[in-house]
Amino acid sequence: MAEDKDSAEAIVSEVHRKISEAFDVFDHEFNKTVDVREIGTIIRSLGCFPSEGELHDIIAEIEEEEPTGYICFEKFLPTMTTVLMERRFRPIPEDLLLQAFEVLDQQKKGHLEPEELTKYLTQEGEPFTPEEMEEMMSAALDPDRNVIFYKDFVSMMSVDNHR
Amino acid sequence: MRAALLIQRWYRQYVARLEMRRRCTWNIFQSIEYAGEQDQIKLYNFFGYLMDHFTPASSERNLISHIFREHDIGRDVEWESYKSIEVPELYSGPHLSFPMTFSNAAELVEAFKNKQLLVESWRRLRILPNISQISTCHSKEITICGDLHGHLEDLLLVFYKNGLPSSERPYVFNGDYVDRGKDSLEILLILFSFLLVYPNDVHLNRGNHEDHIVNLRYGFTKEVLGKYKLHGKKILKLLQKIFSWLPLATVIDHKVLVLHGGISDTTDLHLLSRVDRHKYVSALRPPKSKKQMRSGLIGSDLEDNDPTYEFVGSSRRRVRSLTHTTYTVTRHEAPRRSLQVQTTRVTYSVEEELKKRRRQAGLSQSYRDLHNSTMNSDLDSDPDSGGELLDSNEDEWKQIVDLLWSDPMPQDGCIPNDVRGGGCYWGPNVTEEVLRRHNLTLLIRSHECKQEGYEFCHNRKVLTIFSASNYYEVGSNRGAYIRMGPDLVPHFIQYQANRSTRELTLRQSVGQTERSALKALREKLFAHKSELVSAFQVYDPEHKGRISLGNWASAMEAVLKLGLPWRMLRSQLVGETVDGMLDYQLWFRELSITEHKTELSNANLLETMYKNHSNLETIFRIIDTDNSGLISLEEFRQTWKLLSTHLQTDISDKAISDLAVSIDFNKDGSIDINEFMEAFRLVGGDLLQHEDDVH
Repeated sequence: MAEDKDSAEAIVSEVHRKISEAFDVFDHEFNKTVDVREIGTIIRSLGCFPSEGELHDIIAEIEEEEPTGYICFEKFLPTMTTVLMERRFRPIPEDLLLQAFEVLDQQKKGHLEPEELTKYLTQEGEPFTPEEMEEMMSAALDPDRNVIFYKDFVSMMSVDNHR
Repeated sequence: MRAALLIQRWYRQYVARLEMRRRCTWNIFQSIEYAGEQDQIKLYNFFGYLMDHFTPASSERNLISHIFREHDIGRDVEWESYKSIEVPELYSGPHLSFPMTFSNAAELVEAFKNKQLLVESWRRLRILPNISQISTCHSKEITICGDLHGHLEDLLLVFYKNGLPSSERPYVFNGDYVDRGKDSLEILLILFSFLLVYPNDVHLNRGNHEDHIVNLRYGFTKEVLGKYKLHGKKILKLLQKIFSWLPLATVIDHKVLVLHGGISDTTDLHLLSRVDRHKYVSALRPPKSKKQMRSGLIGSDLEDNDPTYEFVGSSRRRVRSLTHTTYTVTRHEAPRRSLQVQTTRVTYSVEEELKKRRRQAGLSQSYRDLHNSTMNSDLDSDPDSGGELLDSNEDEWKQIVDLLWSDPMPQDGCIPNDVRGGGCYWGPNVTEEVLRRHNLTLLIRSHECKQEGYEFCHNRKVLTIFSASNYYEVGSNRGAYIRMGPDLVPHFIQYQANRSTRELTLRQSVGQTERSALKALREKLFAHKSELVSAFQVYDPEHKGRISLGNWASAMEAVLKLGLPWRMLRSQLVGETVDGMLDYQLWFRELSITEHKTELSNANLLETMYKNHSNLETIFRIIDTDNSGLISLEEFRQTWKLLSTHLQTDISDKAISDLAVSIDFNKDGSIDINEFMEAFRLVGGDLLQHEDDVH
């Protein structure tokens, strides 16, 4: 039983170190605070897939009483530890993602027109900013045919994420 | 709509991951770069120590003593010798006449004829004050460029976007024209030409790389010798002189201070304007002095008692600095600096001796150590008596080093810059104070690579400008320059020199830079293999050959001390893991696929070579006094002895002899330095489809 406790502690401390590392990458002033706008990046780089709304909820939890624009590590650590231990905001399986694209592709063409995709992603759900849309488009658009072969796109991005 | 939501959620996660990778890549490059600078200074300090403690008859001392002796090039004979150089008939470049005209300068951008240009530049530079005062007026905006580091394409891009220098278009160039990039000479010659054509409108500040000692390591020396096989040595000597005459700073409208590195709490522009700047041929080398070693130091209290120091010492970036144990005493004397390095090296008496002496002298800083040790060497070797030296020379020297080497930090205070090994880290309060003291409003400096080419700090009172794009790797960063009018508000123009990078998606450009960073990192890993294996084995007492990833990360940081986020990088560096456990021997085998031209039976030697190839090359170049690119077998052996003393590792004579024998001597008993260094390029596993003939 003592061994179990040890290993549980070891797991938690390892999780703590992971979180600390990710946090430090954005701690530009070396004072254990990060700009609140980078929290999303940090949480996501730890393997979570929160929506924008969920992200805002987390930030509201860990912000100071009077928001300073900075999040301090002391508040971030416990919340993030819970998030990781509870495995919240799980990754999106590739097949589910593919289905999402297929839903958008109402005519079942096997590809999407840039205007179609842009319309959906900048008007529906939690809309992309023009910069986000442009960046995704540049990666997704097939330059010869000027359409988005979403199946290839999803595969390509998944390879990256596996690393 | 749920589908859209899902896609957005997924994509945002992807972008975040990419951003994290980009930052980690950046950290890798920076930490390796600064560790390299630190190494250079350590090496130089080591030579200083040798000068101090070896008897004059020692052959090792003779090998390197010449870099501490100032080459006197004052005599006319040498200067005028360029006239006797025959210009080969084959030469079809422009022939210049003096005084220069604009058309001459423009032609020069295409082709080069050197020596006369250099001499004329020297003549021009030496009449300039230490701190140039320039002014804007309605028709004249000033353009300010930062580090160029031999990136000719960036300079040409700036000229393309902004126009060539002229009396309507004045420029300030803020140092570090040379090293790293391959066209340092071309840049210098272009800048000198424009200086000569428009002497009142082109201003060149000195950078820390305008220094022959630094050039030995970072590529400029090699470039010159490669491009000018016959006259390279003379050119280098001339340039040494010229660098020492480059002005230290420029002030615009009495309000904006432009200098290369930074400031410290003791920076005094009035003092700086009075120094004989040309005495400081290398900023790493203190001025000549006949004084005895002194105990008690100027300003040492600040460093020891500064309450912020401990905090800073424990932060990620500063952790690196605590590797600097060998030649400084502070680490031993300050018990609260508990992040003491556990060195597993054998302690040689050489090191003990050194520590004892330094403790006696009460020294506490690396460049002060250097100062005091080389002071004594000059006692015997220097025929040119410079007269009695006052305390003020030490102050002067510190002022100049601070100017060229310092970096800003977010916290208040002023502490030694141990990461680079010279200058300080200065905080916002120091900026406030120094600006106020001199009635200035803005400090523009360079010296640090910035992602966007520029960056403000210290409440926008300090501006870093960096003009070499793709500095670490294609796609790593943009370059930028500043335009400033009479309102003294800086406007930025950014660029990236490689056309193809602009067309890359974020993903592709991150990928490319990342691959390069990881390659550099893998080389470091390989070079430290035995230390790493020992560290891993601590976590694997039963020698099962496997450790957990958490332990892997801790061990990596303990050995390499690069302050990198290992857990973040893990997926890029480590392949298969079983149950979260890493088979580290297998990992090393996969990591260390090399392609070498020599068969080395001694694996330790190979590892030492990789770890120290920069040091090795630097030592070679120092020893190669006639700059021929060749050293003799005997010199080669002595190099190794020097290096092994510096590293405090034991490399047996037999191992060295075997090594020498196994190298292909094709030039009657001498070794071609470049060939030798080429033999040890580390090639990653996935690049092994080389068809090239290895031998």
